Amino acid sequence: MKKLLTGNEAIARGAYEAGVRYAAAYPGTPSTEILENITQYEEIKAEWAANEKVALESSIGASIAGARAIASMKHVGLNVASDPLMSFAYTGVTGGLVIVTADEPGQHSSQTEQDNRHFAPFAKIPMLEPSDSQESKDMVKIALEISEEFDTPVLLRTTTRVCHSKSIVDCYDREEVPIIEYKKNKQKYITVPAFAKILRVKVEERIEKLKEYSNNTPLNFIEWNDKKIGVISSGMCFNYAKEVFGESASYLKLGFTYPLPDEMIKEFASQVDKIYIIEENDPIIEERVKMLGFDCHGVDTFPPYGELTPDIIRKSVEGSTKPSLEYDKSMVVPRPPTLCAGCPHRGFFYELRKIIAKKNAVVVGDIGCYTLGMAEPYDGIDFTINMGSAYPAAHGAQSVFNMLEDNKRRVIAMQGDSTFFHTGISGLLSTVFNKGNTINVVLDNRATAMTGHQDNPGTGYTAEKDPTISLDIETLVRACGINNVISVNPNDLEAMRNAFNWALAIEDEPSVIITRWPCALKKFTKEDREEFEGLFSDKYEVEEEVCIGCKRCTKTGCPAIEFKTDINKSYIDYNQCVGCSVCYQVCPTGAIRKVVK
Amino acid sequence: MTKSILLVGVGGQGTILASKLLTTGLMEAGYDVKMSEIHGMSQRGGSVSSQVRYGDKVESPVIEIGGADILVSFEKMEALRWLEYLKIGGKIVVNNFQIKPVSLLSGKGEYSDKILDELKDKADTIIVDAAEKARELGNERVMNVILLGSTVKLMNLQEIDWDKIIEENVKSQFVEINKRALQAGMDLV
Ligand SMILES: Cc1ncc(C[n+]2csc(CCOP(=O)(O)OP(=O)(O)O)c2C)c(N)n1
Ligand code: SF4
Ligand code: SF4
Repeated sequence: MKKLLTGNEAIARGAYEAGVRYAAAYPGTPSTEILENITQYEEIKAEWAANEKVALESSIGASIAGARAIASMKHVGLNVASDPLMSFAYTGVTGGLVIVTADEPGQHSSQTEQDNRHFAPFAKIPMLEPSDSQESKDMVKIALEISEEFDTPVLLRTTTRVCHSKSIVDCYDREEVPIIEYKKNKQKYITVPAFAKILRVKVEERIEKLKEYSNNTPLNFIEWNDKKIGVISSGMCFNYAKEVFGESASYLKLGFTYPLPDEMIKEFASQVDKIYIIEENDPIIEERVKMLGFDCHGVDTFPPYGELTPDIIRKSVEGSTKPSLEYDKSMVVPRPPTLCAGCPHRGFFYELRKIIAKKNAVVVGDIGCYTLGMAEPYDGIDFTINMGSAYPAAHGAQSVFNMLEDNKRRVIAMQGDSTFFHTGISGLLSTVFNKGNTINVVLDNRATAMTGHQDNPGTGYTAEKDPTISLDIETLVRACGINNVISVNPNDLEAMRNAFNWALAIEDEPSVIITRWPCALKKFTKEDREEFEGLFSDKYEVEEEVCIGCKRCTKTGCPAIEFKTDINKSYIDYNQCVGCSVCYQVCPTGAIRKVVK
Repeated sequence: MTKSILLVGVGGQGTILASKLLTTGLMEAGYDVKMSEIHGMSQRGGSVSSQVRYGDKVESPVIEIGGADILVSFEKMEALRWLEYLKIGGKIVVNNFQIKPVSLLSGKGEYSDKILDELKDKADTIIVDAAEKARELGNERVMNVILLGSTVKLMNLQEIDWDKIIEENVKSQFVEINKRALQAGMDLV
């Protein structure tokens, strides 16, 4: 049956058709929908792991126990999972294992633009790169077969445009693959040096066999047209190249990209006059082609960063994009993402700004919706590096500030609930262990919101929406050895303010403030409705005669509030307001009132 | 020949459903179809786009600068933001509807009232009062399908059985209103 699928939907479908039984992931754009889509297939046990390392490790266990498995993550997620990756590359698999790395050329929603193709030679494992949804689906199956045949985990590398573009896919039924009978095999699966040294040699032998495979697989193919120009490309770039060059160029399309097919490259390169290597980010194919002794154009022609869309390729090769209209762009104002109306992070940032001003505090951010608190009107973050880094980075900074004479400077760190479970806890433990004195905030909005409200160990539901334990953050924090813990409703500004002052008064021990209120866009669970009374059921409005135009409410940054310059009054958009009451609390004249229904 | 339709708007306006209906219809009509969406932070009020391409054989799912046959904008300012993607000689369908960017909400700066003039000055522009029509139909949210109706008409795709596509892809309680919205959109242009 033909279906129009995104690359992510197709990968999920591929896992289903290829008999995968176990799937684990941690959310991250652009990979999230892979696991979300796998949950629709009952035959596969699909799980959100606490982080990417856990996702890969549990998939490794599933493979060793004899089942086909898939672990998916965004590019930076593979950094977190790189430790198990490197060792499992030595031991190899029992049931096939595919690791999907979804890279982000263009950094649409990522902190780095790292090129994870480097992980394949680094871990010495084979890599496949699909160009569209059909290939995304097919390559999952082929990758599993390669995994079992060559006894290796396989990297399936996609990019945002492959993940989030739709194209037509032929879908088939599932092929059941039996679970391979488990046999204890210490020499293969225990990576003590004595065994690992032997495995190490096998890895090199495996690479040699894979080189041969690469030269012969139909995943790599040549399309002969005019031979004046030869394009070597992989992934989405192949489609872009065809869009720009059409039949005026010949193509070497690479679907199996590590190890590269040297013989095929030589065959192709020796028959064309001018070679363009069209690949996003790092010149990996380019360097190989040059090493094989062929002159070619890559980073000398195309930018080595950002997405390589058809217009950029066209401009690089032809000197300009297609003709387009000239017009007055000054009327166009940017639309940066903002905290939603009713976002529970708003109260926290509103009060935080005042604390920063008063106490000259340094604030360490982390990765989640709350990163948006860096912008006006909050200006609530000094630095944000990577997921899970806030508490330890704050501890390091506070340790240095403490070395200064008469230091009064305090460091406040924040993490969301999902980030806390991801790698936050270990940072907090370390702060306690090393007698730190930072103020650590957990912004518990009952969801992994930024990536689309996935469940996490605190929400009470699994990826498959089965009720499960809801880990209590306050209990966890206490168990980590934190003696000073307070939980507040962040929409209660006075309580928020008191919590900050309480924490600032604790000068020589670490403290934790937990803000607990659900994300305004979350699909509320039964438990949410029971715990949080009157959850977003009110509306607020501005009484025009009482409003003095002081703009205080606009400092909350709520997108439902508009300041009407013509009448010098604030106005609340009824449809957008979800009644969190934060603006009501900051209004000095009582002009904002609850709508009587 | 590959045709390119660029749908743009603000997160939450329903561009995703519109492009889903559009691409499904095109596929069932036998076209090769590709579609690209970037929606990382779209729920947070950002600018969103769905790029739809169809023909005998489509290569890139991404539309180039100067490559769209038609630019369908669910919001006025977004039309201008994406205008460079329109082919010279291409058409604009713009919803007569504005959503202020947050930076303008606090009263610093104005939403320009010259946007429609600029659009009309530069290209063949069809202004659609989809919001008003949607309210008439009883639900402001069907604005997206009204705009889809106008697009379908302008791209000569009325032959496709859109009613069936709506029946198969929309929750049953919303099927009727969406069918009427699609027809209304066709009638508006
Ligand atoms: C290592 C890594 N994995 C995944 C991501 C993707 N990611 C960005 S924000 C986010 C969710 C954070 O959730 P939470 O901490 O609960 O904050 P919220 O968005 O709910 O405010 C994730 C998973 C990432 N940036 N880095
Ligand atoms: S999605 Fe939720 S957590 Fe994220 S900005 Fe919106 S309300 Fe806040
Ligand atoms: S109560 Fe005020 S701050 Fe809260 S959502 Fe409504 S307008 Fe925004």
